[in-house]
Amino acid sequence: MIRLEAFGAQALLVTLAEQPDDALPLRIAHLAEHLRGELGAALTDCVPGWTTLLLHYDLLRIDSPQLERRVQAALADWPGESVAEDAGRLHEIAVWYAGEDLADVARQCRLAPERVIELHTGRDYRVGAIGFAPGFAYLGELDERLVLPRRATPRTRVPAGSLAIAERQTAVYPQASPGGWHLLGRTAQRLFDPHHEPPCPLAVGDRVRFVPIDEAAYRAAGGEP
Amino acid sequence: MSLKVLACSPLCLLQDGGRHGWQGLGVSPGGPVDQHAAAWANRLLGNAPGVALLEVALGGLELEVQADTWLALSGAELPLSLDGEPLPAWSRFRVRPGQRLKLGFARAGQRAYLAAAGGFRAAPVLGSVSTQTREKLGGLAGNGQPLAVGDVLACGTEGSRFARGASVPWPYQPDYREPPLLRVLPGPDAFASEQRQAFFRQPWRISPQSDRMGVRLRGEALDAPRRQWSLGVVDGAIQVPPDGQPIILLADRQTMGGYPVLGVLHPLDIGRLAQCPAHSEVRFAEVALEQAQAELREFLRFFAT
Repeated sequence: MIRLEAFGAQALLVTLAEQPDDALPLRIAHLAEHLRGELGAALTDCVPGWTTLLLHYDLLRIDSPQLERRVQAALADWPGESVAEDAGRLHEIAVWYAGEDLADVARQCRLAPERVIELHTGRDYRVGAIGFAPGFAYLGELDERLVLPRRATPRTRVPAGSLAIAERQTAVYPQASPGGWHLLGRTAQRLFDPHHEPPCPLAVGDRVRFVPIDEAAYRAAGGEP
Repeated sequence: MSLKVLACSPLCLLQDGGRHGWQGLGVSPGGPVDQHAAAWANRLLGNAPGVALLEVALGGLELEVQADTWLALSGAELPLSLDGEPLPAWSRFRVRPGQRLKLGFARAGQRAYLAAAGGFRAAPVLGSVSTQTREKLGGLAGNGQPLAVGDVLACGTEGSRFARGASVPWPYQPDYREPPLLRVLPGPDAFASEQRQAFFRQPWRISPQSDRMGVRLRGEALDAPRRQWSLGVVDGAIQVPPDGQPIILLADRQTMGGYPVLGVLHPLDIGRLAQCPAHSEVRFAEVALEQAQAELREFLRFFAT
Protein backbone atom coordinates (compact mmCIF):
# COMPACT_ATOMS: atom_id res chain seq x y z
CA MET A 1 0.00 0.00 0.00
CA ILE A 2 1.43 3.39 -0.98
CA ARG A 3 1.77 5.84 1.92
CA LEU A 4 2.68 9.51 2.06
CA GLU A 5 3.78 10.94 5.40
CA ALA A 6 5.52 14.07 6.55
CA PHE A 7 9.07 13.45 7.78
CA GLY A 8 9.74 16.67 9.67
CA ALA A 9 8.79 20.10 8.40
CA GLN A 10 10.55 19.95 5.01
CA ALA A 11 10.41 16.39 3.77
CA LEU A 12 7.79 13.95 2.52
CA LEU A 13 8.33 10.20 2.82
CA VAL A 14 6.70 8.12 0.09
CA THR A 15 6.51 4.41 0.89
CA LEU A 16 5.93 2.49 -2.32
CA ALA A 17 5.85 -1.10 -1.10
CA GLU A 18 6.15 -3.10 2.09
CA GLN A 19 8.86 -5.38 0.70
CA PRO A 20 11.54 -4.75 -1.90
CA ASP A 21 11.52 -6.52 -5.24
CA ASP A 22 14.04 -6.57 -8.04
CA ALA A 23 12.34 -4.06 -10.36
CA LEU A 24 11.20 -1.64 -7.67
CA PRO A 25 14.41 0.46 -7.54
CA LEU A 26 14.15 1.18 -11.26
CA ARG A 27 10.52 2.20 -10.86
CA ILE A 28 11.39 4.40 -7.89
CA ALA A 29 14.16 5.99 -9.96
CA HIS A 30 11.64 6.77 -12.73
CA LEU A 31 9.25 8.30 -10.21
CA ALA A 32 12.07 10.41 -8.77
CA GLU A 33 13.06 11.63 -12.23
CA HIS A 34 9.46 12.49 -13.08
CA LEU A 35 9.01 14.44 -9.84
CA ARG A 36 12.30 16.31 -10.31
CA GLY A 37 11.06 17.44 -13.72
CA GLU A 38 7.64 18.37 -12.32
CA LEU A 39 8.75 20.21 -9.20
CA GLY A 40 12.01 21.83 -10.27
CA ALA A 41 13.61 24.00 -7.60
CA ALA A 42 10.84 23.23 -5.10
CA LEU A 43 12.49 19.81 -4.64
CA THR A 44 15.88 20.22 -2.96
CA ASP A 45 16.85 16.56 -2.60
CA CYS A 46 15.52 13.17 -3.54
CA VAL A 47 16.65 10.06 -1.64
CA PRO A 48 15.45 6.65 -2.88
CA GLY A 49 15.44 3.67 -0.55
CA TRP A 50 14.65 0.02 -1.26
CA THR A 51 10.92 0.65 -0.79
CA THR A 52 10.79 4.40 -0.27
CA LEU A 53 11.46 7.80 -1.78
CA LEU A 54 12.23 10.73 0.52
CA LEU A 55 11.49 14.13 -0.97
CA HIS A 56 13.22 17.11 0.67
CA TYR A 57 11.48 20.32 -0.37
CA ASP A 58 11.72 24.11 -0.05
CA LEU A 59 8.91 25.39 2.15
CA LEU A 60 9.14 28.82 0.50
CA ARG A 61 8.34 27.33 -2.92
CA ILE A 62 5.73 24.71 -2.07
CA ASP A 63 3.65 23.69 0.93
CA SER A 64 2.94 20.12 2.03
CA PRO A 65 -0.69 19.88 0.78
CA GLN A 66 0.44 21.10 -2.68
CA LEU A 67 3.35 18.67 -2.70
CA GLU A 68 1.17 15.75 -1.67
CA ARG A 69 -1.30 16.56 -4.45
CA ARG A 70 1.49 16.63 -7.06
CA VAL A 71 2.94 13.34 -5.77
CA GLN A 72 -0.49 11.68 -5.79
CA ALA A 73 -0.97 12.83 -9.38
CA ALA A 74 2.40 11.33 -10.36
CA LEU A 75 1.52 8.09 -8.58
CA ALA A 76 -1.73 7.79 -10.53
CA ASP A 77 0.36 6.80 -13.57
CA TRP A 78 2.88 4.78 -11.60
CA PRO A 79 4.45 2.26 -12.00
CA GLY A 80 3.45 2.42 -15.61
CA GLU A 81 4.57 -0.37 -17.93
CA SER A 82 6.13 -3.42 -16.39
CA VAL A 83 9.90 -3.40 -16.24
CA ALA A 84 11.98 -6.12 -17.93
CA GLU A 85 14.38 -8.00 -15.68
CA ASP A 86 17.39 -6.80 -17.66
CA ALA A 87 16.31 -3.16 -17.68
CA GLY A 88 18.65 -0.64 -16.11
CA ARG A 89 22.25 0.13 -17.17
CA LEU A 90 24.71 -2.68 -16.50
CA HIS A 91 28.08 -1.96 -14.90
CA GLU A 92 30.95 -4.43 -14.59
CA ILE A 93 33.21 -4.01 -11.60
CA ALA A 94 36.49 -5.92 -11.53
CA VAL A 95 37.37 -7.26 -8.08
CA TRP A 96 40.44 -8.94 -6.68
CA TYR A 97 38.81 -11.41 -4.29
CA ALA A 98 41.34 -11.53 -1.46
CA GLY A 99 39.45 -9.67 1.24
CA GLU A 100 40.33 -10.00 4.93
CA ASP A 101 37.07 -11.78 5.69
CA LEU A 102 36.92 -14.14 2.67
CA ALA A 103 38.21 -17.15 4.58
CA ASP A 104 36.01 -16.37 7.56
CA VAL A 105 32.89 -15.93 5.40
CA ALA A 106 33.67 -19.23 3.66
CA ARG A 107 33.96 -20.96 7.02
CA GLN A 108 30.77 -19.46 8.42
CA CYS A 109 28.81 -20.31 5.26
CA ARG A 110 30.41 -23.79 5.13
CA LEU A 111 31.66 -23.26 1.59
CA ALA A 112 35.04 -23.30 -0.09
CA PRO A 113 36.35 -19.74 -0.68
CA GLU A 114 36.24 -20.39 -4.45
CA ARG A 115 32.56 -21.24 -4.13
CA VAL A 116 31.94 -17.99 -2.23
CA ILE A 117 33.52 -16.09 -5.15
CA GLU A 118 31.47 -18.12 -7.64
CA LEU A 119 28.24 -17.37 -5.83
CA HIS A 120 29.07 -13.70 -5.45
CA THR A 121 30.01 -13.19 -9.11
CA GLY A 122 27.27 -15.52 -10.36
CA ARG A 123 24.44 -13.01 -10.43
CA ASP A 124 23.69 -9.41 -11.33
CA TYR A 125 22.76 -7.04 -8.54
CA ARG A 126 20.38 -4.10 -8.51
CA VAL A 127 21.32 -0.70 -7.02
CA GLY A 128 18.56 -0.11 -4.47
CA ALA A 129 19.87 2.94 -2.71
CA ILE A 130 23.00 5.08 -2.40
CA GLY A 131 23.72 6.23 1.13
CA PHE A 132 25.87 5.66 4.25
CA ALA A 133 28.69 7.53 2.49
CA PRO A 134 29.06 9.32 -0.88
CA GLY A 135 28.80 6.72 -3.66
CA PHE A 136 28.12 3.80 -1.29
CA ALA A 137 25.60 1.84 -3.38
CA TYR A 138 23.52 -0.80 -1.63
CA LEU A 139 23.24 -3.75 -4.03
CA GLY A 140 20.81 -6.61 -3.80
CA GLU A 141 19.99 -9.37 -3.61
CA LEU A 142 22.85 -11.52 -2.30
CA ASP A 143 22.65 -15.30 -2.74
CA GLU A 144 20.99 -16.72 0.38
CA ARG A 145 23.92 -19.09 0.93
CA LEU A 146 26.11 -16.06 1.67
CA VAL A 147 23.78 -14.35 4.12
CA LEU A 148 25.50 -13.37 7.37
CA PRO A 149 24.66 -10.71 9.94
CA ARG A 150 26.95 -7.68 10.16
CA ARG A 151 30.23 -8.27 12.00
CA ALA A 152 29.82 -8.17 15.77
CA THR A 153 32.56 -5.54 16.00
CA PRO A 154 32.77 -3.08 13.12
CA ARG A 155 36.22 -2.12 11.86
CA THR A 156 37.33 1.43 12.55
CA ARG A 157 38.83 1.52 9.07
CA VAL A 158 37.83 -0.34 5.91
CA PRO A 159 40.21 0.35 2.98
CA ALA A 160 38.85 2.35 0.04
CA GLY A 161 37.49 0.16 -2.76
CA SER A 162 36.60 -2.71 -0.44
CA LEU A 163 33.88 -5.07 -1.64
CA ALA A 164 31.73 -6.27 1.22
CA ILE A 165 28.60 -8.23 2.11
CA ALA A 166 26.09 -8.23 4.97
CA GLU A 167 22.61 -9.73 5.28
CA ARG A 168 21.08 -9.79 1.79
CA GLN A 169 23.18 -6.95 0.37
CA THR A 170 26.59 -6.28 -1.09
CA ALA A 171 28.42 -2.99 -1.62
CA VAL A 172 31.75 -1.33 -2.35
CA TYR A 173 33.12 1.24 0.14
CA PRO A 174 34.20 4.10 -2.15
CA GLN A 175 36.47 5.67 0.48
CA ALA A 176 38.12 4.42 3.61
CA SER A 177 35.64 4.58 6.47
CA PRO A 178 34.51 2.63 9.52
CA GLY A 179 32.49 -0.40 8.44
CA GLY A 180 30.74 -3.46 9.81
CA TRP A 181 30.33 -5.57 6.67
CA HIS A 182 32.42 -8.62 5.70
CA LEU A 183 35.24 -7.81 3.30
CA LEU A 184 35.54 -10.12 0.29
CA GLY A 185 37.85 -8.14 -2.01
CA ARG A 186 39.08 -4.85 -3.48
CA THR A 187 38.33 -2.93 -6.65
CA ALA A 188 40.52 -0.29 -8.28
CA GLN A 189 37.49 1.37 -9.81
CA ARG A 190 36.67 4.83 -8.49
CA LEU A 191 33.05 4.86 -7.37
CA PHE A 192 32.88 8.42 -6.20
CA ASP A 193 34.71 11.52 -7.42
CA PRO A 194 33.23 14.89 -6.51
CA HIS A 195 35.06 16.57 -9.41
CA HIS A 196 33.73 14.14 -12.01
CA GLU A 197 30.49 14.50 -13.93
CA PRO A 198 28.58 12.50 -12.74
CA PRO A 199 30.29 12.09 -9.36
CA CYS A 200 29.08 8.49 -9.13
CA PRO A 201 28.88 6.08 -12.10
CA LEU A 202 26.07 4.10 -10.43
CA ALA A 203 22.45 5.21 -10.15
CA VAL A 204 19.51 3.66 -8.34
CA GLY A 205 17.92 1.08 -10.65
CA ASP A 206 21.19 0.22 -12.42
CA ARG A 207 22.60 -3.31 -12.41
CA VAL A 208 26.05 -4.38 -11.29
CA ARG A 209 28.05 -7.49 -12.18
CA PHE A 210 31.30 -8.38 -10.44
CA VAL A 211 34.19 -9.87 -12.40
CA PRO A 212 37.06 -11.65 -10.58
CA ILE A 213 40.60 -10.58 -11.46
CA ASP A 214 43.98 -11.45 -9.97
CA GLU A 215 46.27 -9.26 -7.92
CA ALA A 216 48.42 -8.26 -10.91
CA ALA A 217 45.38 -7.05 -12.84
CA TYR A 218 44.13 -5.21 -9.73
CA ARG A 219 47.44 -3.38 -9.38
CA ALA A 220 47.65 -2.69 -13.11
CA ALA A 221 44.22 -1.04 -12.87
CA GLY A 222 45.58 1.28 -10.20
CA GLY A 223 44.57 -0.72 -7.16
CA GLU A 224 46.06 0.48 -3.88
CA PRO A 225 47.79 -1.93 -1.50
CA MET B 1 41.26 41.36 1.24
CA SER B 2 41.61 38.65 3.81
CA LEU B 3 41.96 37.48 7.37
CA LYS B 4 45.04 35.48 8.31
CA VAL B 5 44.78 32.70 10.89
CA LEU B 6 47.28 33.19 13.73
CA ALA B 7 45.76 30.63 16.09
CA CYS B 8 42.74 28.38 15.96
CA SER B 9 41.08 25.50 17.73
CA PRO B 10 40.58 22.17 15.91
CA LEU B 11 37.08 22.72 14.60
CA CYS B 12 36.88 26.07 12.81
CA LEU B 13 34.90 25.16 9.72
CA LEU B 14 33.91 27.12 6.65
CA GLN B 15 30.14 26.69 6.12
CA ASP B 16 27.59 28.07 3.71
CA GLY B 17 23.92 27.18 3.14
CA GLY B 18 24.86 23.51 2.82
CA ARG B 19 25.48 21.00 0.05
CA HIS B 20 22.05 20.38 -1.47
CA GLY B 21 20.95 18.23 -4.36
CA TRP B 22 23.38 15.36 -3.74
CA GLN B 23 21.80 13.45 -0.87
CA GLY B 24 20.63 10.89 -3.43
CA LEU B 25 24.31 9.97 -3.90
CA GLY B 26 24.99 9.72 -0.18
CA VAL B 27 26.49 13.19 0.20
CA SER B 28 25.73 14.77 3.57
CA PRO B 29 24.01 18.18 3.37
CA GLY B 30 26.26 19.76 6.02
CA GLY B 31 26.10 23.48 6.73
CA PRO B 32 25.95 25.33 10.06
CA VAL B 33 24.57 23.27 12.95
CA ASP B 34 22.95 26.43 14.34
CA GLN B 35 21.09 27.93 11.39
CA HIS B 36 19.58 30.65 13.57
CA ALA B 37 22.88 32.11 14.80
CA ALA B 38 24.43 31.75 11.33
CA ALA B 39 21.47 33.51 9.70
CA TRP B 40 21.81 36.47 12.09
CA ALA B 41 25.56 36.84 11.56
CA ASN B 42 24.96 37.13 7.82
CA ARG B 43 21.96 39.40 8.19
CA LEU B 44 23.92 41.88 10.32
CA LEU B 45 26.17 42.38 7.30
CA GLY B 46 23.43 42.49 4.68
CA ASN B 47 24.59 39.11 3.33
CA ALA B 48 22.01 36.86 1.69
CA PRO B 49 21.20 33.70 3.68
CA GLY B 50 23.71 30.93 3.00
CA VAL B 51 26.68 33.20 2.35
CA ALA B 52 29.88 31.46 3.51
CA LEU B 53 30.95 32.11 7.08
CA LEU B 54 33.01 30.44 9.76
CA GLU B 55 31.62 28.08 12.40
CA VAL B 56 33.90 28.23 15.43
CA ALA B 57 33.40 25.36 17.87
CA LEU B 58 34.10 26.36 21.48
CA GLY B 59 36.07 29.46 20.44
CA GLY B 60 39.81 29.98 20.36
CA LEU B 61 40.47 31.83 17.10
CA GLU B 62 42.94 34.61 16.43
CA LEU B 63 43.04 36.48 13.13
CA GLU B 64 45.21 39.18 11.62
CA VAL B 65 43.06 41.54 9.61
CA GLN B 66 44.33 42.26 6.11
CA ALA B 67 41.18 43.99 4.90
CA ASP B 68 39.07 47.07 5.36
CA THR B 69 35.68 45.54 5.90
CA TRP B 70 32.95 44.61 8.36
CA LEU B 71 32.62 41.39 10.33
CA ALA B 72 29.91 40.05 12.62
CA LEU B 73 29.85 37.47 15.40
CA SER B 74 26.86 35.53 16.76
CA GLY B 75 26.19 32.31 18.65
CA ALA B 76 28.18 31.13 21.68
CA GLU B 77 29.01 33.76 24.28
CA LEU B 78 32.78 34.24 24.26
CA PRO B 79 35.31 37.02 24.92
CA LEU B 80 35.69 38.99 21.67
CA SER B 81 38.28 41.70 21.21
CA LEU B 82 39.81 43.81 18.46
CA ASP B 83 43.35 44.97 19.29
CA GLY B 84 42.55 44.14 22.91
CA GLU B 85 39.36 46.24 23.00
CA PRO B 86 36.23 44.22 23.84
CA LEU B 87 33.42 44.06 21.29
CA PRO B 88 29.76 43.33 21.97
CA ALA B 89 28.23 39.98 21.06
CA TRP B 90 25.66 39.43 18.32
CA SER B 91 26.93 42.55 16.51
CA ARG B 92 28.74 43.78 13.45
CA PHE B 93 31.97 45.75 13.66
CA ARG B 94 34.45 47.47 11.34
CA VAL B 95 37.95 46.06 10.94
CA ARG B 96 41.01 47.58 9.28
CA PRO B 97 44.33 46.20 8.03
CA GLY B 98 46.80 45.34 10.78
CA GLN B 99 44.22 44.82 13.48
CA ARG B 100 44.11 41.64 15.53
CA LEU B 101 40.80 39.90 16.22
CA LYS B 102 40.60 37.47 19.12
CA LEU B 103 37.82 35.03 19.95
CA GLY B 104 38.36 33.53 23.40
CA PHE B 105 36.72 30.39 24.72
CA ALA B 106 32.96 30.00 25.01
CA ARG B 107 31.31 30.65 28.38
CA ALA B 108 27.85 29.65 27.18
CA GLY B 109 26.88 27.86 23.97
CA GLN B 110 29.07 25.64 21.81
CA ARG B 111 29.39 27.28 18.40
CA ALA B 112 30.04 30.86 17.38
CA TYR B 113 29.61 32.19 13.86
CA LEU B 114 31.96 34.73 12.31
CA ALA B 115 30.69 36.33 9.11
CA ALA B 116 32.29 38.85 6.75
CA ALA B 117 30.57 41.40 4.52
CA GLY B 118 30.26 39.64 1.15
CA GLY B 119 31.24 36.31 2.70
CA PHE B 120 34.41 34.19 2.74
CA ARG B 121 35.57 32.83 -0.59
CA ALA B 122 36.61 29.31 -1.53
CA ALA B 123 36.11 27.03 -4.52
CA PRO B 124 32.88 25.07 -4.08
CA VAL B 125 32.74 21.28 -4.25
CA LEU B 126 29.42 19.87 -5.43
CA GLY B 127 28.03 23.40 -5.28
CA SER B 128 29.05 24.23 -1.71
CA VAL B 129 32.06 25.29 0.38
CA SER B 130 30.60 23.67 3.52
CA THR B 131 33.30 21.65 5.25
CA GLN B 132 32.49 17.97 5.61
CA THR B 133 35.50 16.42 7.33
CA ARG B 134 34.31 12.80 7.16
CA GLU B 135 33.57 13.01 3.44
CA LYS B 136 36.63 15.22 2.73
CA LEU B 137 34.58 17.81 0.90
CA GLY B 138 34.55 21.58 1.11
CA GLY B 139 36.56 23.99 3.21
CA LEU B 140 39.31 26.33 1.97
CA ALA B 141 41.13 23.66 -0.06
CA GLY B 142 38.04 21.64 -1.03
CA ASN B 143 39.26 18.55 0.86
CA GLY B 144 37.18 18.87 4.01
CA GLN B 145 39.96 20.23 6.20
CA PRO B 146 39.24 22.57 9.12
CA LEU B 147 40.99 25.92 9.37
CA ALA B 148 44.69 25.78 10.28
CA VAL B 149 47.30 28.28 11.45
CA GLY B 150 48.63 30.17 8.44
CA ASP B 151 45.42 29.84 6.42
CA VAL B 152 44.26 32.95 4.63
CA LEU B 153 40.53 33.60 4.53
CA ALA B 154 39.76 35.60 1.41
CA CYS B 155 36.77 37.80 2.05
CA GLY B 156 34.24 40.04 0.76
CA THR B 157 33.83 43.51 -0.38
CA GLU B 158 35.66 46.73 0.05
CA GLY B 159 35.15 49.72 2.23
CA SER B 160 32.83 51.08 4.81
CA ARG B 161 29.47 49.86 3.63
CA PHE B 162 27.78 50.63 6.96
CA ALA B 163 27.51 53.97 8.70
CA ARG B 164 27.69 52.37 12.12
CA GLY B 165 27.63 49.15 14.08
CA ALA B 166 24.44 47.23 14.84
CA SER B 167 23.36 44.40 17.08
CA VAL B 168 20.75 41.68 16.92
CA PRO B 169 17.74 42.86 18.96
CA TRP B 170 17.77 41.41 22.50
CA PRO B 171 14.68 39.18 22.12
CA TYR B 172 16.43 37.26 19.33
CA GLN B 173 19.57 36.55 21.33
CA PRO B 174 19.00 33.15 22.97
CA ASP B 175 20.06 32.46 26.56
CA TYR B 176 22.26 29.38 26.17
CA ARG B 177 22.48 28.93 29.95
CA GLU B 178 18.75 28.26 30.32
CA PRO B 179 18.05 24.49 29.98
CA PRO B 180 15.86 24.30 26.88
CA LEU B 181 12.53 22.69 26.20
CA LEU B 182 12.84 21.45 22.63
CA ARG B 183 9.85 20.81 20.42
CA VAL B 184 9.36 17.57 18.51
CA LEU B 185 7.21 16.86 15.47
CA PRO B 186 5.76 13.40 14.92
CA GLY B 187 8.02 10.89 13.15
CA PRO B 188 7.22 8.24 10.56
CA ASP B 189 7.72 5.17 12.76
CA ALA B 190 5.11 3.69 15.07
CA PHE B 191 6.43 3.62 18.63
CA ALA B 192 4.40 2.19 21.49
CA SER B 193 2.69 5.07 23.28
CA GLU B 194 4.39 4.20 26.61
CA GLN B 195 7.75 4.61 24.86
CA ARG B 196 6.78 7.98 23.41
CA GLN B 197 5.56 9.09 26.82
CA ALA B 198 8.79 7.84 28.39
CA PHE B 199 10.74 10.02 25.93
CA PHE B 200 8.75 13.18 26.67
CA ARG B 201 8.42 12.60 30.40
CA GLN B 202 12.08 12.36 31.35
CA PRO B 203 14.93 14.88 31.20
CA TRP B 204 17.85 13.72 29.02
CA ARG B 205 21.55 14.51 29.28
CA ILE B 206 23.76 15.42 26.34
CA SER B 207 26.49 12.81 25.87
CA PRO B 208 30.11 13.94 25.32
CA GLN B 209 30.05 11.60 22.29
CA SER B 210 27.95 14.20 20.46
CA ASP B 211 29.33 15.96 17.38
CA ARG B 212 28.24 17.58 14.11
CA MET B 213 26.74 14.28 12.96
CA GLY B 214 24.39 14.06 15.88
CA VAL B 215 23.65 14.66 19.52
CA ARG B 216 23.54 11.53 21.65
CA LEU B 217 21.22 11.53 24.61
CA ARG B 218 21.70 9.67 27.89
CA GLY B 219 18.72 8.59 29.98
CA GLU B 220 16.45 5.68 30.73
CA ALA B 221 16.62 3.38 27.72
CA LEU B 222 13.65 3.33 25.36
CA ASP B 223 12.32 0.21 23.68
CA ALA B 224 12.43 0.65 19.94
CA PRO B 225 10.63 -1.26 17.21
CA ARG B 226 12.95 -2.90 14.68
CA ARG B 227 13.20 -1.15 11.35
CA GLN B 228 14.18 -3.31 8.44
CA TRP B 229 15.16 -1.21 5.43
CA SER B 230 17.30 1.91 5.47
CA LEU B 231 15.62 5.02 4.20
CA GLY B 232 16.39 8.71 3.77
CA VAL B 233 16.57 10.74 6.98
CA VAL B 234 16.32 14.44 7.84
CA ASP B 235 18.01 16.99 10.09
CA GLY B 236 16.62 16.70 13.59
CA ALA B 237 15.45 13.09 13.17
CA ILE B 238 15.40 11.41 16.60
CA GLN B 239 16.67 7.88 16.01
CA VAL B 240 16.45 5.15 18.61
CA PRO B 241 19.15 2.50 18.17
CA PRO B 242 19.03 -0.91 19.91
CA ASP B 243 20.63 0.46 23.11
CA GLY B 244 17.59 2.72 23.58
CA GLN B 245 19.65 5.93 23.82
CA PRO B 246 18.34 8.39 21.22
CA ILE B 247 20.50 10.14 18.64
CA ILE B 248 19.31 13.44 17.16
CA LEU B 249 20.74 13.98 13.69
CA LEU B 250 22.54 17.23 12.88
CA ALA B 251 23.96 18.80 9.71
CA ASP B 252 26.80 16.29 9.11
CA ARG B 253 24.43 13.32 9.35
CA GLN B 254 24.45 10.50 6.87
CA THR B 255 21.75 10.64 4.23
CA MET B 256 20.09 7.34 5.14
CA GLY B 257 19.45 5.45 8.33
CA GLY B 258 18.14 2.13 9.53
CA TYR B 259 17.13 2.99 13.09
CA PRO B 260 13.49 3.76 13.86
CA VAL B 261 12.66 7.46 14.17
CA LEU B 262 10.55 8.52 17.15
CA GLY B 263 10.06 12.11 16.00
CA VAL B 264 11.80 15.06 14.38
CA LEU B 265 13.11 18.08 16.25
CA HIS B 266 11.41 21.36 15.29
CA PRO B 267 13.80 22.85 12.67
CA LEU B 268 14.12 26.09 14.65
CA ASP B 269 15.14 24.16 17.79
CA ILE B 270 17.99 22.23 16.15
CA GLY B 271 20.35 25.18 16.55
CA ARG B 272 19.43 25.53 20.23
CA LEU B 273 20.24 21.83 20.76
CA ALA B 274 23.57 22.31 18.98
CA GLN B 275 24.48 24.97 21.55
CA CYS B 276 24.00 22.62 24.54
CA PRO B 277 27.19 21.44 26.25
CA ALA B 278 27.97 17.85 27.18
CA HIS B 279 26.31 16.66 30.39
CA SER B 280 23.68 19.42 30.31
CA GLU B 281 20.01 18.58 30.58
CA VAL B 282 17.33 18.93 27.89
CA ARG B 283 13.64 18.18 27.80
CA PHE B 284 11.24 17.66 24.93
CA ALA B 285 7.63 18.53 24.20
CA GLU B 286 5.35 17.69 21.32
CA VAL B 287 4.40 20.21 18.65
CA ALA B 288 2.16 19.93 15.60
CA LEU B 289 3.59 19.82 12.09
CA GLU B 290 1.49 22.72 10.77
CA GLN B 291 2.63 25.03 13.53
CA ALA B 292 6.28 24.12 13.00
CA GLN B 293 5.96 24.70 9.25
CA ALA B 294 4.30 28.09 9.75
CA GLU B 295 7.11 29.15 12.09
CA LEU B 296 9.82 27.86 9.77
CA ARG B 297 8.28 29.64 6.80
CA GLU B 298 8.19 32.89 8.78
CA PHE B 299 11.87 32.40 9.71
CA LEU B 300 12.90 31.70 6.11
CA ARG B 301 10.93 34.69 4.79
CA PHE B 302 12.43 37.01 7.41
CA PHE B 303 16.01 36.14 6.48
CA ALA B 304 15.31 36.08 2.75
CA THR B 305 14.48 39.79 2.70
